[in-house]
Amino acid sequence: MNSPSNEAITQYKEARPPPIASVGIIGWLRHNLFSSVSNTILTLVSIYLLSIAIPAIVDWVILSSQISGDTRFDCKVEGACWAWIDQRLGQFLFGFYPASERWRVVIAFILLFPALIPWLTHGIPGQRYLRWFSVAYPVIATILLAGGFGLQEVPTDKFGGFMLNLIVGLSGIVLSLPVGIVLALGRQSKLPLIRWFSIGFIEAVRGVPLITLLFVSNILLPIFLPPDVTLDSIIRVIIMVTAFASAYMAEVIRGGLQAIPSGQYEAADAMGLNYWKSMRLIILPQALRVSIPGIVNTFIGLFKDTTLVIVIGLFDILGIANAMVSNPDWLGLSTETYVFVAAFFFAVCFSMSRYSMWLERRLARQRH
Amino acid sequence: MDKRKINNPDNHARVIEIEGLNKWFGSFHVLRDISLSVDQGEKIVICGPSGSGKSTLIRCVNFLEEHQEGQITVDGLELTGDLKNIDAVRREVGMVFQSFNLFPHLSVIENCTLAPIWVRKTPQAEAEELAMEYLDRVKIPEQAHKYPGQLSGGQQQRVAIARSLCMKPKIMLFDEPTSALDPEMIKEVLDVMVDLADSGMTMLVVTHEMGFAAQVADQIIFMDEGQIVEQNTPTEFFDNPRSDRTKLFLSQILSH
Ligand SMILES: Nc1ncnc2c1ncn2[C@@H]1O[C@H](COP(=O)(O)OP(=O)(O)O)[C@@H](O)[C@H]1O
Ligand SMILES: [Mg+2]
Repeated sequence: MNSPSNEAITQYKEARPPPIASVGIIGWLRHNLFSSVSNTILTLVSIYLLSIAIPAIVDWVILSSQISGDTRFDCKVEGACWAWIDQRLGQFLFGFYPASERWRVVIAFILLFPALIPWLTHGIPGQRYLRWFSVAYPVIATILLAGGFGLQEVPTDKFGGFMLNLIVGLSGIVLSLPVGIVLALGRQSKLPLIRWFSIGFIEAVRGVPLITLLFVSNILLPIFLPPDVTLDSIIRVIIMVTAFASAYMAEVIRGGLQAIPSGQYEAADAMGLNYWKSMRLIILPQALRVSIPGIVNTFIGLFKDTTLVIVIGLFDILGIANAMVSNPDWLGLSTETYVFVAAFFFAVCFSMSRYSMWLERRLARQRH
Repeated sequence: MDKRKINNPDNHARVIEIEGLNKWFGSFHVLRDISLSVDQGEKIVICGPSGSGKSTLIRCVNFLEEHQEGQITVDGLELTGDLKNIDAVRREVGMVFQSFNLFPHLSVIENCTLAPIWVRKTPQAEAEELAMEYLDRVKIPEQAHKYPGQLSGGQQQRVAIARSLCMKPKIMLFDEPTSALDPEMIKEVLDVMVDLADSGMTMLVVTHEMGFAAQVADQIIFMDEGQIVEQNTPTEFFDNPRSDRTKLFLSQILSH
């Protein structure tokens, strides 16, 4: 068999199915959970820990919990006391927005989906028209939330709760991507002034904690504005959060730009595409694709940072929670309250993370 | 030399005129006093050892590289820093690269229609028709809706050629178009190039495929250390190389 043979084979071997043990559930289990001694030990330890944790959590959250009552003194159970939700849910969601007008916030929230979805995926019926709707959405939402055009005016200092987190977070997300792109391109510009400005902005903003930026925003922003213009504090927060996130965004995208081989630039140049067209059609689509994990990471960070609005006197969902746990009626319920708040953030951030994974998979399929 | 003059009487347009071209990368003198003129329909093959400045020379023709001294005139337009001329020249000059440089995020047909649509303002339907025509010509119409990553190297290079042709260029530049290919794919690309040569395209080709050079070139240029060492018709070039450097080069590349 091992000796060289002078003859070529005359008959090719037929393809066979793989051995049973490598496919199906058993194959999967064996390959992933019990492939070696250490892997098997890890699997068993994990099963043991989960078997302790899951029943305890379910018990605390659901089985031994209580949902009725007017103060914490009505809660007589071992588990969680959810009695405050009934009273306080409105504040957690809407802050001090007048109860009779909260339907407007709900409508603005519902309209958010047709405004966002056409940008997140392909093949939606009427996608082109929906995108025009998206462009109009910020105006529609502003009118719905703040009033005007026959709707009762609601001053923005009444905005609060999770609604405030969503407003600041989504505005920051939508604005920081384009600003980040411009800064990233600016940082690579051949024109020194543009390059220096971009580098200066990125380094200055990145080098300072967001909380500091928020504190100084009422000193900093008026420098760039005409003297008689005063900014609403929510607008101020959105500007600062956007500036902060776009500095990180710029660096993430710069990484993506550096991953594009120089041949792509050359091919675009050789075809006669000008700078903006080659960026828009050739370079950025590829650079952004490479940067998706970093971009989403920045989005998630930004969204969680919206809780910092508390330092300029706004009450987001966390601010409301802080206020509630120091209220004598509900004193001591901090675990319940913060778990509840965490669930909101987790839902949004986890959705973003899953979306980005789905998007990466879809784009990868397209390539190969 | 003489053959070209006979084949190209004076009424044939001069499409590229290079005079006294000098270029430096930093302090490195990469192109030294290059003069070269190319008539419409002429095919010029450029060969020479690696690092001799072949790529740099043809990249100067569409201003991917900026020169410091001398004049380059393409289709009557002089290449200076003037962006308008550069754009105009790039519309008339197609380029095929060693590493294909297809756009991986676009399908084959989108690669081909991009420049016609965005640079020439061709309507999309017309651009697609044109693209299919050229994909047909490079013999891969059936791959039109695949992505570059799904094609073999030879197929990718043929798409790259079709993509350039979709701009209906007057001049085509090739920078070692077959050097990155597996041996069995070189022929399919060369066949397409021979076809293109037969159709009367003006071509500047950097290549070491001497069979191709012998078949289609009007002139072969041998470069070394940033200079044109020798320029001749294929017959003279192969049978009667003048410089020792050329002889050595030919013996090296023809021996395998
Ligand atoms: N962008 C560049 N910067 C500095 N040196 C370069 C650059 N491009 C090419 N060179 C140098 O110029 C010389 C000629 O390069 P090139 O024209 O690519 O040669 P060839 O194509 O004949 O192999 C080489 O020595 C190469 O290292
Ligand atoms: Mg080269």
